[in-house]
Amino acid sequence: MSQSKKDLKVVLLGNPNAGKSTLFNALTGLNQKTGNYSGVTVDKLQGSFKYKNNSVSLIDLPGTYSLFAKSTDEEVAVKDLLSQTEKPDVVVIVLDSTNLQRNLLLATQALDLGMRTVVVLNMIDEAIYQNIHIDIEKLKDLLGANVVAIDSRTKEGTEKIKEAIVNAEVSRNKFFDLTSTSDYAQMVNSQFESPYKVELRKWEEDDKIYRHKNIKYIYGLCVKSPEQLKLKERSTKIDRIVTHPVLGYLVFMALIFTIFQFIFYVAEYPMSWIEDGFMALSSFIKTNLPSGILNDLFSDGVVTGISGVLMFVPQITFLFLFIALLEDSGYMARASFIMDKVMRKFGLNGRSVIPVISATACAVPSIMSTRSISNFKERLITIFVLPMVSCSARLPVYTLLISMMFPSTIVLGVFNLKGIVLFGLYVLGFAFTLITAFVMQKLLKTKEASFFMMEMPVYRVPLLKNVALGVINKIKVFVFDAGKVILSISIVLWFLSNYGPGNAIEEIEKKYANAEYPHVGEADPNYYTEFIASKKLEASYIGVLGKAIEPVIKPLGYDWKIGIAIITSFAAREVFVGTMSTIYGANGNEKGIQEKLMSERDENGNLKYTVAVCFSLVIFYVFAMQCMSTIAVVKRETKSWKWPTIQFVYLTALAYLSAWITFTILK
Amino acid sequence: MVHNQPIYTIIRVFIKPSGLANFVKYIMDTLLSQLKPGEHAIIKSIADNAMKTKLIEMGCFPGEELYITKIAPFGCPFAIYVSGYELSLRLNEANNIVVERLN
Repeated sequence: MSQSKKDLKVVLLGNPNAGKSTLFNALTGLNQKTGNYSGVTVDKLQGSFKYKNNSVSLIDLPGTYSLFAKSTDEEVAVKDLLSQTEKPDVVVIVLDSTNLQRNLLLATQALDLGMRTVVVLNMIDEAIYQNIHIDIEKLKDLLGANVVAIDSRTKEGTEKIKEAIVNAEVSRNKFFDLTSTSDYAQMVNSQFESPYKVELRKWEEDDKIYRHKNIKYIYGLCVKSPEQLKLKERSTKIDRIVTHPVLGYLVFMALIFTIFQFIFYVAEYPMSWIEDGFMALSSFIKTNLPSGILNDLFSDGVVTGISGVLMFVPQITFLFLFIALLEDSGYMARASFIMDKVMRKFGLNGRSVIPVISATACAVPSIMSTRSISNFKERLITIFVLPMVSCSARLPVYTLLISMMFPSTIVLGVFNLKGIVLFGLYVLGFAFTLITAFVMQKLLKTKEASFFMMEMPVYRVPLLKNVALGVINKIKVFVFDAGKVILSISIVLWFLSNYGPGNAIEEIEKKYANAEYPHVGEADPNYYTEFIASKKLEASYIGVLGKAIEPVIKPLGYDWKIGIAIITSFAAREVFVGTMSTIYGANGNEKGIQEKLMSERDENGNLKYTVAVCFSLVIFYVFAMQCMSTIAVVKRETKSWKWPTIQFVYLTALAYLSAWITFTILK
Repeated sequence: MVHNQPIYTIIRVFIKPSGLANFVKYIMDTLLSQLKPGEHAIIKSIADNAMKTKLIEMGCFPGEELYITKIAPFGCPFAIYVSGYELSLRLNEANNIVVERLN
């Protein structure tokens, strides 16, 4: 069969935790890409390899426990396997050798589909280490299919699997009750006919019990394991600590703290390198290429946009490095185990803890990290509430406004008042994160039946290659999917702030070209350029927009200048500070901007930035979804504009309302 | 899954015609959630609802032996060793499984 040159479509089918991705990585190496399944939030991992005369395209199906889907992931896997239009040529069933009994359920189901099949005994080295002896020849005989064992760490057996794939055959044996049906594939297919019938459910249950009995027989003949019905000692010992009522939480906190340190502090170094590098590139383009609109577009619009996308890469790298290590080692299931009850009260999942904590650094990587929450409803709630956790981009805004409210240092006992207010803002964000989650849990209805039973995998040393490839895939997805949206929005924002209706901008340039304004440029020569920059921004489309939204934000105590800063800070919250300093002509100097704002007076001569205005602004920034990157990444993770839109409307309304209440009370 | 809570089971058995028989059964039966860590048991039956299919799929079916490996702080979830691996169940899931204690 393998003599002629052939294109083979092969799918990897297996339980979650069976080591499918390890095998996938071993077979395809870097020849892989992440795609989409239409309409669902599941990623499609595809790869390819060449063997002899065959070019094989390989799809790593989402993990599933059986061919009767119980979740969106499983449905995707089963539908892809049974696809009529792109029917796979060969099915590779991946089994965890240390957990054969349960893994064989899916294997016997897949063998009954009558497709060309190869059975892979994954992690055979681990089974040998655990004193589980598998008689492969006997298993081949009983399953009626080719069985190949592989040591996934040394890659021993990879060639054998490739050989087996091109020579795969249909199983000779049947494992279902022949008195109940003659066509198993048809029965499996009928699960997608709506509504799912009670008779089919009964049939499915009987079928599975029938299989379990068959499997017991097969297992008994092929597997010799001296200590049956006993957990592995290593896992039990570790679990005694990590699921301990006191020690367990301490270990968890320590791990969270480490992750936090990395994404908050360590990531800052590479982030500033990226920023500096792109700033240098921008000024290089400005000075060395012919000037004009195209030059401005590239040096200011595009380069800044790309830098804005790549800035997230260090944080994403660190967060996913840790998550992959925790997930692959088996610890994540334990963290979920001890956190589940607490988090569930708020409609969240044990696995929501890490995203929520890492959102204090940045919502973007933490929204991407919700992928490990298998229940769709809980995952959606987590994504929805994450932007309310105060991230590091809010910190410059908070700092500026708090110092304006309390210019002198007031100390209450051992506490600094500014510190207390800052802490209060974080608490406020967290409180609404939990409240919103709680309400959403009550409101949200999903079609998907919710099961929370979860395998507690045995501990394993993570494979570096798996971790690295996982992190690389995440970065690719972010840069190429969410990056597109971020880049487009930042180019639009660049255009809006540099161009105005008609020739308004040129007129400003002409007007101030001959510096005859007596109050301008007396002492500081920079003052003059800053003054023009401020006037230009006022005349730009953004300036026009800022003035247009003034009636809307007036009840919150804001004028059009703040309006401009709110619009530009949609790029990222910290841009607020930069824009304010441009408007008030205090470029880059934080002390300067604070003084300028505090001495600003309205037309009646009263101070403009009162405590009420500053407090209202700070509250606005606690809730408002002022971040295009978050919107882009939510769109990417939920695969539609529906959720980012709802989220944006909700958070903006919440921000507006609470800022209005704050301003009205303090006024 | 409110209807799986023991108190609702008690109320329900008095409303239904076969109430008394069910009540006696309920008193006699041991639920998986009543076991302590380390206790071995055999699965006798599983409440008949959509969860049953999933439980069977995960290796919990009548006749299979299991034992509780650990219970999380605050009493939920439960971790059991069944069909050659460790499985974690929430309380409402553990309440669906009727077992018989082994010595």
